[in-house]
This record gives sequence, C-alpha cells and structure tokens, in this order.
Amino acid sequence: MTPRPNNYTAGELLAILSGRQLKDGQVVFAGVGIPLLAATLAQRLRCPGLTILFEGGVIGAFVEPGKLPPSTNDQRCTRRANMVLGSAEVLLLLQRGYVDVGFMGGAQIDQYGNLNSSFIGDPKAPKTRLPGTGGGNDISSLADMIVAMKHEKRRFVEQVDFITSPGWLRGGDSRRDSGLSHGGMFRVVTDLAVFGFEPTTKRMKPIALNPGVTREEVQDNTGFALEFDHDTRATEPPTEHELSTLRTLDPDRLYIG
Amino acid sequence: MNAVHPYDRLRSDLAQRDRSLREKVVSLEEAASFVSDGDSVGIGGSTMSRTPMGMIWAIVRAGRKNLSCSRCIMSSDGDLLFGSGACDQVITSWFSQSILWGISKVMRHHVETGRARFDEWSHMAIGMRFRAGAMGVPFMPIRSMLGSDVLRERPEAKEMECPFTGEKLLLVPALNPDVALIHVQRCDAYGNAQIDGLQFMDIDLALAANRVILTTERIVSNDQIRRAPDQTKIPFFAVDAVVELPFGCAPHECYGAYEPMFRHMEYYVGLVNADPVKGMQDYLDRFVYGPKSWTDFLDLIGIDTVLKAARDGKAIYDT
Repeated sequence: MTPRPNNYTAGELLAILSGRQLKDGQVVFAGVGIPLLAATLAQRLRCPGLTILFEGGVIGAFVEPGKLPPSTNDQRCTRRANMVLGSAEVLLLLQRGYVDVGFMGGAQIDQYGNLNSSFIGDPKAPKTRLPGTGGGNDISSLADMIVAMKHEKRRFVEQVDFITSPGWLRGGDSRRDSGLSHGGMFRVVTDLAVFGFEPTTKRMKPIALNPGVTREEVQDNTGFALEFDHDTRATEPPTEHELSTLRTLDPDRLYIG
Repeated sequence: MNAVHPYDRLRSDLAQRDRSLREKVVSLEEAASFVSDGDSVGIGGSTMSRTPMGMIWAIVRAGRKNLSCSRCIMSSDGDLLFGSGACDQVITSWFSQSILWGISKVMRHHVETGRARFDEWSHMAIGMRFRAGAMGVPFMPIRSMLGSDVLRERPEAKEMECPFTGEKLLLVPALNPDVALIHVQRCDAYGNAQIDGLQFMDIDLALAANRVILTTERIVSNDQIRRAPDQTKIPFFAVDAVVELPFGCAPHECYGAYEPMFRHMEYYVGLVNADPVKGMQDYLDRFVYGPKSWTDFLDLIGIDTVLKAARDGKAIYDT
C-alpha cells in the first residue's frame, strides 16, 4: 500500500480529480465553488475549447486568476465570456439540450446519486433548513452530471432526507418513468474515490480509489454497501503542474481550503 | 395572494395603470408608499447582484408587514425582510447570504421556528413563473422538478401529459407580483431602463408585475436613451416610479459600477449569524433605522469600502 500523499488539501484533490472528468470541446454548466474552479482548471490545463456556462446568465467564461466570483451570479463570472444572457435563458439551454455536462457540489448524496440541499430532518418540521436547490434541480434533471463533494458517512447515505436534485431516484427506470428522459448522474468525485453508476440498477459504484486510499476506508465512510470490482484501479496523484495552476487560480484559497 | 390571476383581472389591472409618457421621478420615501402591507413583491437581480437594497431598506423603514417576496435567488435582502418582520413568505430557489458564508442563520431561525415560509422552486421554475406572468398566460410547461421532493412540496405545480407527444411535463403557475423592485444602471425620467451586463429575470419580472419601482444609479435624458434604444431593456409604460439612488445596491454589487462591499458583508454576516435575533436587531437599529438617509447609510459603510467596491466594479471594463 502506498502512503497517502500529503502535499495537497482535500479541496485541491477534489478540484483536480473532478476537473479531469471534463473533455475539451464540451459545454459544461458549472456551479459555484469547486465545480467553477475545477472547470476553470481544466480549461487552463487541457481543454482550451471547454465552454463554461453559469446560471447567472453567462456563456463561455474565462474566470480570472485571483478573482473567483462569490457566486455564479456576479460580474466576475462574465470575464471574457462570449455572451451574457438572462438567467432563465441560460437554464433553458439545458432543457433544449445544448449542455453536455452539469457539474455541481453536494451536501448529502444517496446510493442512487440523489442530492439533498434543502432539509435535514422532516421537511414539515426541519431540524435544519438548508439553502435549497438554486439551479441544481434543473441541471441534474436535464444534463449528465458530475458531482464533486467531501466524503463523509453522514453525507453518503442510503436514502437522502429530501431529493432536491434528482439522481436516478429509486434506481432502475424510475428516473425515466418520472418524466426525466435525459441526463442523470455520471460521476461522483470525492476526496476518497471516483464513482460511476451501475447501468441497470443505477446504484453508485466505485470505479477508482484516490492515491493512498483503501477500499475499507471508502466503505467505512459510506452509509450504504459498496460493490467493488476485483480490479478497482487507483487514480494518478495530482501533478505539480496541476497543483501549481490550481493555486494560481485560487491564491486566497477561497474554495481549495 | 399568489394565486394565478384570471386573464380578465390581469387585463383590467393593467388597463387601470397610467401608461402615458410622463415623468415618474419620486423620492425613495415616496416610492415606498407604492408598496402596501400584504403585497406580493418581486425583487430584481440575483444573489448579491443588482439587488434593489436601497428600496428594500426604505420599505423596511416604512414598516411594511406581511409581504410575500419572490426572487430567483435570495441573499441578505431576504434576511433583512425576514428579520425586520416586513415579510413572512419568500418564494425563491435558494436562500442564504452567499455560499462563502455557509447557511444564513436568519433564514434558518425564521423558517425552522415557523415564523416565516420559504417556498422552494427550481431556479428555472421561478424564471418560467415570471415568464408566464410576463406573457399573460396562466402557466409554462417545464421539464425539471419532476420526480423530486421539491415538486412534492409544491402542489401549486401540476404534472400533465403533453397533448402532442404524450410526454410528462410540469406546469408552473404564472407569478404576477403586485409590485416589482428593480435596480438599473440608468434610466430616464419616464422609466426607460437600460441594464448593463447580467439581466437575470428582470425583464420578465417588470412585465409580469402590476407596478414597477425602478431605482437607478443615474437618471439620464430621454435623448440619451434614444441614442441607444437597443440598450433599453424595460419600456417606460411598464414603470410606475423612478428613484435616482447612487450605490442603490449597497452592500451588494451593480454590474460595471461596483462589486459587493465585502468588508461590510463580512461584518453583517458575523453579526447576524452569531445571533440571528439580537445581531439582526443591532444591525437594523444601526444601519437601517438609524441613518437619516441612504447617503448616511453609505457613510456608515465607509468611504474606503465603497470606493474599493467601485474601483473593482469598474475593472470589469478593463481589457
């Protein structure tokens, strides 16, 4: 077993590994935080033709290093963009089908990739009222999704308290049956592993372990049973180039921790 | 209050408005009288961008109650509306101060104790509700929210089978606020409004609402508007009042004019998230009820903070 490298933070690992999931030429709808940063990183490193959309109403942004926007609705998001448009209009591009990948963070996820950002506890008498969906429900209803999030047992649960942003709902064909005929969870990237979804059951499945992480560690931090393939591979560690570029983008460590 | 208006009502409400080409410039205090207790109020901008903070500040000072406020994404504007007791229902897709500062303790306090309602819709659903309102139709069909618990909590939305394709669609009801509050970079005295940069849902909101109050960084001449009519985003006949209010989004941002006043926002968030009741009361006393005027409020934020925000805001035009 190789020891876990300690020259980067969990936030840096998340940004780098999730950014690696993007391909040049794609149109990606990015949420604020790690997704915005990871998409910008991918654009700088490997994907100059990556088009980033923000729900504030921006097509094709090149966010400036050191000037990361505090939300996807601020003027900093429009830097060197191809187009600025209404926020309903940019969301409707998802519905029309122009977006290849939706890219979001997550607070709580379940075995079918459903995300909760609305309530902890009973919605009628919530223990905690969370901020809500924003564009998350629209993005995950209409596009193939990459989610980047911290891996903790309380965040990786069998069933979320509330489905804010739909993954595969209750698995099988339940997503399609509910009227969501396109898109769905594609990858979940955490500080421990990268996950895909089993094609028939639509359950989350580890496809690669992060550097120095064991299967046991992933299972111990997950609230539902995981099925590992015999040969689950290990992800290549972040390179110095990836780390230094990322740190240039977020010098104040706003999102990389 | 937020039920879909029958078309006859929508038309007769509009027919009663004075839509002539006339000057509509009023003071901030006079503009607050365009908002009545119990009104549904649509708020322009999004999160910390082009928020009509000055108008909200004036409405809170005027002691309005039981407002139902809708906005695509709510930030500290929603906090102030809840915390002051002006508003007891919010219709939005996301409500916190900003992702930078975690979850708003003010929102949590009011919603979790049942003092106020937070009706959650998807961001696109809010947009299509204003769009339907602007189009004069009772609903718009959308393809999101289906299958989610967001929909389960919103019986006002209706699933239907498309009569053309048989596909499942969701119908979201038109939202025609009694009054809309919108801040713009410039407009003329008639209300022809030009918006730079991100326009969010403001055009639909303006056309959907039954009254529109514009606050503006600057009132310009009608000649200047006519030199670049392609920049006009809201037509004068949809506007009922115009208030010239420089830095009218403070401490939020106004595209190309100023960025958020982060120092003040951090101070505010620290205060109210430490104690959503007492902290909020302290903030309201000092920054909302205390100042004699909007200029006085800006003075309290501090000239250094305001100028830094203005310098950063104008930098968007640097090449």
